[in-house]
Amino acid sequence: MKLIFERSVPGRRAIEFLDAPSFADVPLDIPEAYVRKAPPELPEVSELEVVRHYTALSQRNFGVDTGFYPLGSCTMKYNPRILEVVASFEGFRDLHPNAPEELVQGALAVLAGLERNLREILGMDAVSLLPAAGSHGELLGLMLVRAYFAERGEQRDVVLVPDSAHGTNPASAAMAGFRAVTLPSNSRGRLDLEALRRALAEHEGRVAALMLTNPNTLGLFEDQILEIAERVHEAGALLYMDGANLNALLGVARPGDMGFDIVHVNVHKTLGTPHGGGGPGAGPVGVKGFLADYLPVPRVVRDGERFTLVEEAPKSVGRIRSFAGSFGVLVKAYAYILLHGPEGLRRVAERAVLNANYLFSLLKDTFAAPYPGPVMHEFVLSGKNVKAETGVRTLDVAKRLLDYGFHPPTIYFPLIVEEALMIEPTETEAKETLDAFAAALRAIVDEARRDPERVRSAPHTTPVGRLDDVKAARRPVLRYRTPERAQ
Amino acid sequence: MTYVEAVPMTYTPHTPDDVEAMLAAIGVGSVEELFADIPESVRLRRPLEVEGPMGEAEVYRFFRSLAAQNRTVHDLVHFVGAGAYEHTIPAVVQALISRGEFLTAYTPYQAEASQGNLQAIFEFQTMIAELTGLDVAQASLYDGATAAAEAMLLAARVTKRRRVLVSRALHPDVRDVLRTYAFGPDLSVDEVPIDARTGATDAAALAERLDKDVAAVFVQYPNFFGVVEPLDVLFAPVREAGALAVAVANPLALGLLAPPGALGADVVVGDAQPLGVPLSFGGPYVGYMAAREAFVRELPGRIVGETTDGEGRRGYVLTLQAREQHIRRERATSNITSNQALMALAVTITLSLLGKRGIEDLARLNAQKAHYSLQTIEARTPLRRVHTGPFFHEFLLDVGVPAKELLARMCERGFVAGYDVSRRYPEYPTHLLVAVTEVRTREEIERFAEALAQAVSGS
Repeated sequence: MKLIFERSVPGRRAIEFLDAPSFADVPLDIPEAYVRKAPPELPEVSELEVVRHYTALSQRNFGVDTGFYPLGSCTMKYNPRILEVVASFEGFRDLHPNAPEELVQGALAVLAGLERNLREILGMDAVSLLPAAGSHGELLGLMLVRAYFAERGEQRDVVLVPDSAHGTNPASAAMAGFRAVTLPSNSRGRLDLEALRRALAEHEGRVAALMLTNPNTLGLFEDQILEIAERVHEAGALLYMDGANLNALLGVARPGDMGFDIVHVNVHKTLGTPHGGGGPGAGPVGVKGFLADYLPVPRVVRDGERFTLVEEAPKSVGRIRSFAGSFGVLVKAYAYILLHGPEGLRRVAERAVLNANYLFSLLKDTFAAPYPGPVMHEFVLSGKNVKAETGVRTLDVAKRLLDYGFHPPTIYFPLIVEEALMIEPTETEAKETLDAFAAALRAIVDEARRDPERVRSAPHTTPVGRLDDVKAARRPVLRYRTPERAQ
Repeated sequence: MTYVEAVPMTYTPHTPDDVEAMLAAIGVGSVEELFADIPESVRLRRPLEVEGPMGEAEVYRFFRSLAAQNRTVHDLVHFVGAGAYEHTIPAVVQALISRGEFLTAYTPYQAEASQGNLQAIFEFQTMIAELTGLDVAQASLYDGATAAAEAMLLAARVTKRRRVLVSRALHPDVRDVLRTYAFGPDLSVDEVPIDARTGATDAAALAERLDKDVAAVFVQYPNFFGVVEPLDVLFAPVREAGALAVAVANPLALGLLAPPGALGADVVVGDAQPLGVPLSFGGPYVGYMAAREAFVRELPGRIVGETTDGEGRRGYVLTLQAREQHIRRERATSNITSNQALMALAVTITLSLLGKRGIEDLARLNAQKAHYSLQTIEARTPLRRVHTGPFFHEFLLDVGVPAKELLARMCERGFVAGYDVSRRYPEYPTHLLVAVTEVRTREEIERFAEALAQAVSGS
């Protein structure tokens, strides 16, 4: 498809500013050296062309609204449309973050209310709504850890991360100035308690935190969580929970009750705000009381009948982003909680787990199932049997799924499962959808036996066929240049 | 643990028959058995004490009443900016980004099913590179402040140096975020003073502080006080000292101002909120980063590249992923995964609508209305602009009393008159930062000057 730049016709315009001529005489005292000489090469198109172009692009894009999107660890659930409507109320959307506090009391009440509900859901004593994404929450969490030990005068520089963890965990640890040490999983797909004991002994007095995803990325609950918490705390370290998979626990169990000191929640996963093609999300962080003073500013504080934003806090790690958070996203998260209420939230977890186990039961004989159920809200299968028998890889199976109208699951993650398929159906999918998806996967495995080339050359029905990643990376073309300038 | 039945509106489609059939297929007797791995002692034995459930009508009422407690840009005439700006957003932008295919997609890992997002990001990268005058751009960061922090980490990696210099005229939020992010990798952040007369970064003081430890120098363009910094003058010694020159720019201003890339910047970052993203009380916004070609493999976050399929058709993929956390783990350039793709799409659509001429017209109109406002204020009130350096669409006034007091008096007259600079700059105790964008009309500007005249005279 053409790029918007390739639709450009010199002199064509979508917007003109009607009062511009009446201000044309106002002199600007900007020295010549700092005035742009040539305009940027933006497209020259009409409004209708813009509408058609981006509508056409949308039609080349798969979303939850388009079809089943079982991307593991991403929790691609249906996002109630009312969330969009309330977030776009003028009273929220057209509110300036630098307006005097008296003018933004409603917004501060929203933040305070969401904070209160999240404390309860997480079982934590304090919550910061500021982080802009789950990984931003991780970074904040580790900054809190660093600030905590710095104040205690302890030199702890190691963060333990299981080998099944999301890549963000070690990356966040490194950004916060820690060294990430990997812990192996045991044959049951859980953290190896013995390995944890050894690591704590080997790095005695140096371990700042263990980052644990629970349920983990294999979709399994860390059933030794109480022992893990005890060991970590005995060693003087803190326990961090990556809340990427919190959807499985809503109203069933709380991170704070399991011994976690810090947890982040991806509101775009658990609290059903749309993912937006990769964002915006938000990653609020909950902590136990002893860490509350380190939380970033600004913080919403109730002062009698009014709310105020506190910008100064002596022990705070400081500011981690501009203004008071991704407010628009947080409104949606709050609305999601209100729509569901206590029992509805619990039902989210129950149905997510039911759907995952049901789909697992339909597929565990088609692919290798490295870990037995019951699983939580997602599960990981291995395509190694299919590959050994037919030469068709998990990547090929995933691409072929596109022809059947399904978004593929997460593949090749977690890294510890060969030819991994990580499937998360979520609670919003109906039984018929799960049946159809399982049937498609079985049909593809069948095809792999009869006509492996058909699968290996998939997808066949998408606007473009399988794209050459190697070519893209070897000589990167990262922008368009007009033909004249490309010379 | 009991199975929950009677709940209104839960967005789960299971009928009792479905549940029964699914449990039978799984081979368990109850949903509770599926949670067997959770130790008894950590199971919640009571309902969560959260609000709700509410039906849609009740949710509307709840948020309507909270929204009504706010006073927006429609209730009072706003002359406040300081990092977030009120602009007209074409209706087309919201209509297009609300399409479910964009709104409910995830990061485009499966390229063949995500060409819409991928191509839009490629267009975004092109537009940002064009505006900034640099070679390459990436696909969006959380906001301008975290984009600056990522640029700082990039500079530390590239130069292997540990000190960063920031202009005091860099937005205070951005300076704070740089300090926070510097804590982990143990970098130091030092300030360069402002020339009190011009309002620009003090070039001599900057040159004095430059040494072999400096990884990067951050200058905002236009700066926090609206002043158009002489980037070429400031950046020449920076590059000579082997440090990276980083401009933090309002991308709208770049429609009128010379691109930082042409004035010696190695990296340009900023917040693209002014280009089609609602104020929304501070977020979600969208950060951007552009850089010289040499740093492309050091960029954080998502980058989209062009390629072809088996039949030679052009297509787009996420590329250079070896930099990213899911491949490189602790050696990644950044931990970013979810970013602000939908907001970047809004920016791309807005820039498409503005086009080559519209972006300059809009930037110029902003500057002209701001200059007209200053003229009018200076003609009708005793207030004078504090600085002499050239400005874009924001300027600093000394109002002679604590700005908070004046703001309160102006609110009564229907205006949010600006930003109380003393909140972040003790050296400016009685100063008001005024921002004027294209949404202000001549009539509003004149009423504003009149109201200011009354408010400063205390009448």
